[in-house]
Amino acid sequence: MAHITASVYTSHVPAIGAALDMGKSGEPYWQPVFKGYEFSKQWLRENRPDVIFLVYNDHATAFSLEMIPTFAIGCAAEFQPADEGYGARPVPVVMGHPELAAHIAQSVIQDDFDLTIVNRMPVDHGLTVPLSLMCGQPAPDNYEWPCPVIPFAVNVVQYPVPSGRRCYNLGRAIRKAVASFDAPLKVQVWGTGGMSHQLQGPRAGLINREWDNAFLDRLIADPAGLSQMPHIDYVREAGSEGIELVMWLIARGAMGDESGPGTPRVAHRFYHVPASNTAVGHLILENT
Amino acid sequence: MALDKPYKDIPGTTIFDAEQSRLGYPLNQFCMSLMQAANRARFKADERAYLDEWPMTEEQKQAVLARDLNWCIRLGGNIYFLAKIGATDGKSFQQMAGSMTGMTEEEYRDMMISGGRSIEGNRRIGEDGSAQAHRQPQGKAGRKGGA
Repeated sequence: MAHITASVYTSHVPAIGAALDMGKSGEPYWQPVFKGYEFSKQWLRENRPDVIFLVYNDHATAFSLEMIPTFAIGCAAEFQPADEGYGARPVPVVMGHPELAAHIAQSVIQDDFDLTIVNRMPVDHGLTVPLSLMCGQPAPDNYEWPCPVIPFAVNVVQYPVPSGRRCYNLGRAIRKAVASFDAPLKVQVWGTGGMSHQLQGPRAGLINREWDNAFLDRLIADPAGLSQMPHIDYVREAGSEGIELVMWLIARGAMGDESGPGTPRVAHRFYHVPASNTAVGHLILENT
Repeated sequence: MALDKPYKDIPGTTIFDAEQSRLGYPLNQFCMSLMQAANRARFKADERAYLDEWPMTEEQKQAVLARDLNWCIRLGGNIYFLAKIGATDGKSFQQMAGSMTGMTEEEYRDMMISGGRSIEGNRRIGEDGSAQAHRQPQGKAGRKGGA
């Protein structure tokens, strides 16, 4: 049977991708950001999963206002890095895992979550920046990501976005789905986006360090309680784009909790301000 | 009965809800078209003519031509769509975000490096934080422009 071994949480700031792609990661501005992921890259090499289930949001890339799915699961064999207006990021094509993705879709939809099945979906910085942060730049002679990735896009652009509670319960349904897949796969679930940031209006540039760190504390120790937090608290306290943090609850719901198999172990925790307009938060939790 | 929109009392913030999305549909779809290099080139060559191909309001077109992102947002624009205009102009997300505050690039960048905008006074309309209406514009760029 497949099982979830660990979860990774990270911001997915586009400027981080641009800094990597333009060779600026050694600059004093960026050094502290990438230093926070040095442990993580080593950890991923030592704890390489067979599949990554990557929760992120599309930033008006694959989905315009023509169609706005709340939850979209990528079931294709591969996904192209998108041209978001600056040209596509120079990163490998993302290989999917159609068998596991279809299995999860089948199971989770039957558990009352209305997923949209997507077979053609260019993936933007929301998905590729976390891969770059965790995997580093792939070597030219082995130009691929370390394992297949199932992209899972959540609408956090147009309100109302799904509630924290719904995201948390969806994570639990994903956990159940993975556990019933008949192959011995090690699966990691990644939750991305956040932390506090606002990209619009006179309140642009908002950062709330205290709130962010309380969110990390509760995500680790009290995820069910945290999942009850209403949208307005995210928006008011962490900025209009801070709402992305509901996605972290999907990954946390897929991990252990009081109902089993127990609270996960914190392998790594990191927080830094700023990366461009955003507070960078990062956690690695391992199931024990 | 009116729907509950508790986010209306946050200063300097427009939540892109279904109502804003309805207003901004043609504006945001125009922005989306700029994801293709050929469209970016046509837009750059004659902005007005390109905008006239879209069923946008005249005010939406003026807001785009002025590159006034706060104005675009009032008219239903969403920042992730509007960012395609910035990308076409070669602007970073930080330059775009900063442009909505009335700060110069340097002022905004310095604010971020020193920890970002404080939440204090910026939770609700009527407080005294930097994002409140009576504190606009916030920097030299806004004062210079006379906005």
